[in-house]
Amino acid sequence: MTMALATRTASPSALRTLWGSTVGKKAVMATTGVLMLLYLVAHMLGNLKVFFGPDDLNGYAAWLRTLGQPVLHHEWFLWTARSVLLAAVVLHGVCAYQLSRRDIAARPTGYAHKRHRASYATRTMRWGGVILGLFIVWHILDLTTLTVNPRAQQGHPYENLVASFSTWYGGGVYIVAMLALCLHVHHGFWSAAQTLGANSARRDRALKITATVLAAALTIGFLSVPVAVMTGLVR
Amino acid sequence: MRLTLRVWRQTGPGEPGAMTEYQVSGIVPEMSFLEMLDVLNEELILRGEDPVAFDHDCREGICGACGMVINGQAHGPERTTTCQLHMREFGDGDTIDVEPWRAAAFPVVKDLVVDRSAFDRIIGAGGYITAPTGSAPDAHAVPVPKEAAETAFENAECIGCGACVAACPNGSAMLFTSAKVVHLNTLPQGAPERESRVLGMVGAMDAEGFGGCTNAGECATACPKGIPLPSIAAMNREYLRAARRAPR
Amino acid sequence: MKHRTAHTPSRTAPQTAARTAPRTPRYSVGSPIADTKAPDGPVERRWDQRRFEARLVNPANRRKHTVIVVGTGLAGASAGATLAEQGYRVTQFCYQDSPRRAHSIAAQGGINAAKNYRNDGDSVRRLFYDTVKGGDFRARESNVHRLAEISVEIIDQCVAQGVPFAREYGGLLDTRSFGGVQVSRTFYARGQTGQQLLLGAYQALSRQIAAGAVEMHARTEMLDLVVADGRARGIVARDLVTGRISTHLADAVVLATGGYGNVFHLSTNAKNSNATAVWRAHRRGAYFANPCFTQIHPTCIPRSGDHQSKLTLMSESLRNDGRIWVPKARGDTRPPERIPEDERDYYLERIYPSFGNLVPRDIASRAAKNVCDAGQGVGPGGQGVYLDFADAVARMGREAVEAKYGNLFEMYERITAEDPYRAPMRIYPAIHYTMGGLWVDYDLQTTVPGLFAIGEANFSDHGANRLGASALMQGLADGYFVLPATLNDYLARAPHQPVADDHPAVAEAVAGTEDRLNLLLAVGGDRTPDSFHRELGALLWDECGMSRTEAGLRKALERIPELREEFWRRVRVPGGGAQLNQSLEKANRIADHLELAELMCLDALHREESCGGHFREESRTEDGEARRDDDRFQYVAAWEFTGPASAPVLHREQLAFDHVHPTQRSYA
Repeated sequence: MTMALATRTASPSALRTLWGSTVGKKAVMATTGVLMLLYLVAHMLGNLKVFFGPDDLNGYAAWLRTLGQPVLHHEWFLWTARSVLLAAVVLHGVCAYQLSRRDIAARPTGYAHKRHRASYATRTMRWGGVILGLFIVWHILDLTTLTVNPRAQQGHPYENLVASFSTWYGGGVYIVAMLALCLHVHHGFWSAAQTLGANSARRDRALKITATVLAAALTIGFLSVPVAVMTGLVR
Repeated sequence: MRLTLRVWRQTGPGEPGAMTEYQVSGIVPEMSFLEMLDVLNEELILRGEDPVAFDHDCREGICGACGMVINGQAHGPERTTTCQLHMREFGDGDTIDVEPWRAAAFPVVKDLVVDRSAFDRIIGAGGYITAPTGSAPDAHAVPVPKEAAETAFENAECIGCGACVAACPNGSAMLFTSAKVVHLNTLPQGAPERESRVLGMVGAMDAEGFGGCTNAGECATACPKGIPLPSIAAMNREYLRAARRAPR
Repeated sequence: MKHRTAHTPSRTAPQTAARTAPRTPRYSVGSPIADTKAPDGPVERRWDQRRFEARLVNPANRRKHTVIVVGTGLAGASAGATLAEQGYRVTQFCYQDSPRRAHSIAAQGGINAAKNYRNDGDSVRRLFYDTVKGGDFRARESNVHRLAEISVEIIDQCVAQGVPFAREYGGLLDTRSFGGVQVSRTFYARGQTGQQLLLGAYQALSRQIAAGAVEMHARTEMLDLVVADGRARGIVARDLVTGRISTHLADAVVLATGGYGNVFHLSTNAKNSNATAVWRAHRRGAYFANPCFTQIHPTCIPRSGDHQSKLTLMSESLRNDGRIWVPKARGDTRPPERIPEDERDYYLERIYPSFGNLVPRDIASRAAKNVCDAGQGVGPGGQGVYLDFADAVARMGREAVEAKYGNLFEMYERITAEDPYRAPMRIYPAIHYTMGGLWVDYDLQTTVPGLFAIGEANFSDHGANRLGASALMQGLADGYFVLPATLNDYLARAPHQPVADDHPAVAEAVAGTEDRLNLLLAVGGDRTPDSFHRELGALLWDECGMSRTEAGLRKALERIPELREEFWRRVRVPGGGAQLNQSLEKANRIADHLELAELMCLDALHREESCGGHFREESRTEDGEARRDDDRFQYVAAWEFTGPASAPVLHREQLAFDHVHPTQRSYA
């Protein structure tokens, strides 16, 4: 039953082909990256609610838990989204790790004459990715499970957020991570388009501009919150 | 012109190597880079030393035999092949670093000579149109839109020198492979083998130990024939399409 | 003076003259030779007839036959792929690191085919006629007609393989006219036609390599031919990476090793192109035909100094729109744009009003030499003429010129650092192609049974001068169509007893090769191999180049043996034999060049006429044009090697012209 179903939707050998090749793994990275990017856009827009006061943000947070009711049970949507995102992060990370190992093995000897290659954003994809991965862990511990946010309490995201960004390390970690995100998205968006075959000579410029705009919008949107907290605009 | 050269010397495959310094004089700006190396080699021979081995043949930028990394750049500072790089690009007293292509899939044979046979095997895995001699219909039987013919030509210009691999931080052969895939898959004659071609060639490329593409774009910058970066996107498109349609 | 009687063939009794020479004669005359494989009858039916008469090998039996193909240019790659498709086992060799790099790749202009897609009056017969006439009536009619017939199939084959020829907006193939003809029959892929055709053949070959039907040995150079019991049965080759000498045995050997233009050191050939395979075959019994028929290409970039390692050709197609001129005044050093129109000599348009800048290569080359010799040359050393696109840019616009010649202009600018859109190009003739080569019959078989020669390596189709865009045509005709049809016949007829690895002929060839390489390594002299090559090249260019004189050729014939002796005494080859040793490769090739050069000069001396690429100062008309002597020289000169110390034997193959009546070429 499941076999028949599987062959009808996506052939397992097609998936195996994809997973077994560098091009396929990159496509997995691109797809999961785009998925996470869409999530980030929604996340960033949601964050802006902070500027409308505690009630707005807290109400929004509560709504996310009831979204889809009554068809879905309480928090089902949230957990579905979390599962998908977790799968995306894991797949993205596993592919990145496997491909990077391959890439490093493909150039065992470096050049004696060193020179800067590619753009800064391109060269920092790997370390930027690692930073973002670590940040996600921190971010969840900080504002979801509240493990590392001593003054936080469940059900009060606005207050927790202000509490986190009020410490120098809370704001600092966030700002560094968002700058890393900016670079990652700047190269990643265009790169995903290239990897998924959406790029062409004609679209190249438009895609690069979109990537820049997207990276800038996300970064400014995300950074506006800690900056507002640290400058006392949001308290 | 007087120059200081630091050249990678390695006696054979798998042997240790090192950058070795040489002084050359009597270089004139009209010389090609390879003619400058000829001058060095003539001196080395007369001194009873082993001349620097490097691949070269047509010396007019089309056979793809020559290639070395000059001051960290594949084929040197001009966007051309090493044989078409001229000494007027350098100044009197310059120090120039000369190294072989570096990639796991291109092992060094000797000095600046590397083994690029992996490229031939990638072509053998699908970089052709099956058209046994004598079986062809009249050349005008299938018209090819001018635009398709131009795209095909633009990609068919690849000379297989390997500069893309040498320049890529991952030693990836994506630009080389994509040039052939796009050349043949763009033409109506190449359509029947469209899927098997791209699957076979990408499979061979991976099997040879080339790295993956991180879209750094170094390959297209180094390519002496200007194979465009979007060719890689086009190959990705073909690959994903083929993986969907024709699972092996 | 001492050999005068021997090397001056007299009209009455050349044999006697040669035989009664007081001391070692330069050559003697042997029995005439004939092409016994071309059928009689109407020329347009001969190929069909031959294919019908040729025996076939049962497809099931083809696996049992092994064929060696040396070289992977247009002829070699297409032959290897096609023979493998037919079911033969092919063992193929190239000295390059990949079969894709053979020098056919550098051909720029295009490939002729009598498709008549333009409806401009072209036909197989016209291509046949043009080629026989262009070859100055020194090619076989049978061969040339076959070439013209096959030309149309080649285009079909290449298009099916995905060769991206230039196309019109309607999606159909574009053609252009090319030096020396008045119809538009040249198919092209911008300025990289050779590259695209070769990649097509290389890809077909790659398919067969991947399928296991072709065993490919790259970076492996043939150093000798194995002739066992009177038949070519294999080769001795050196692995250029490890230095290992090995023998490879087969039922037939095909040489597709290209021309010998590099004897001149400076030529448009690839640096490593060499004559070793054909010369070793010659020493093993294959006759060498018309070695003095070498082609000088009129549009090359002039040399810039003594460091020059090779010359670069600019496609002849440039002559379609560029105008060639020199200043009228001698030693005029003004920059070209400062020379007013009425002080310029557009000498080709002046001397040859109907063909103008499109006269055949030999004529354009000699005219350039004449104006430069007269002191009107431009650029360093006065060795150059202008090729000017100012009118073309004014007429067609810069964009149209760029679309047509952009890559050539770029190439010119890269090499010279001069912008041809602003100032005219400077060009000068250079050695480009060799019409001579191993003598072959209609089946492309040499005088050694089982040894075939295809492409530029043979002498067959171009006579004394090759027309533009015909080399690619011949290479592919031989490889795709002719050889695969005629080789069947040989393999079907000959009994092929296996040759053992310890056959005396094998041992002798291996030992000879090893001895020779060891000898080169052991000299330990004080001159580099290149220094000999440069000296030989300069000598040959002066005495056996664009124009030749009896005195000059005699001088060269005195000097070459001296130079050869000096080479074996003073050459220095560092390193050992069991490694990648490019100096050893080079020295070994130069050693063969030093022998072949002598035969070229001897052939040039004996042919006391001017025809095609061979111009003897003594044989010209009153207005200085080449004068052929059909009464005495309407033959192919096939030279037999008789030993390192003895004089070669000349065998004449008389040529008959039943369909194209020989006329004095006129392009005025």
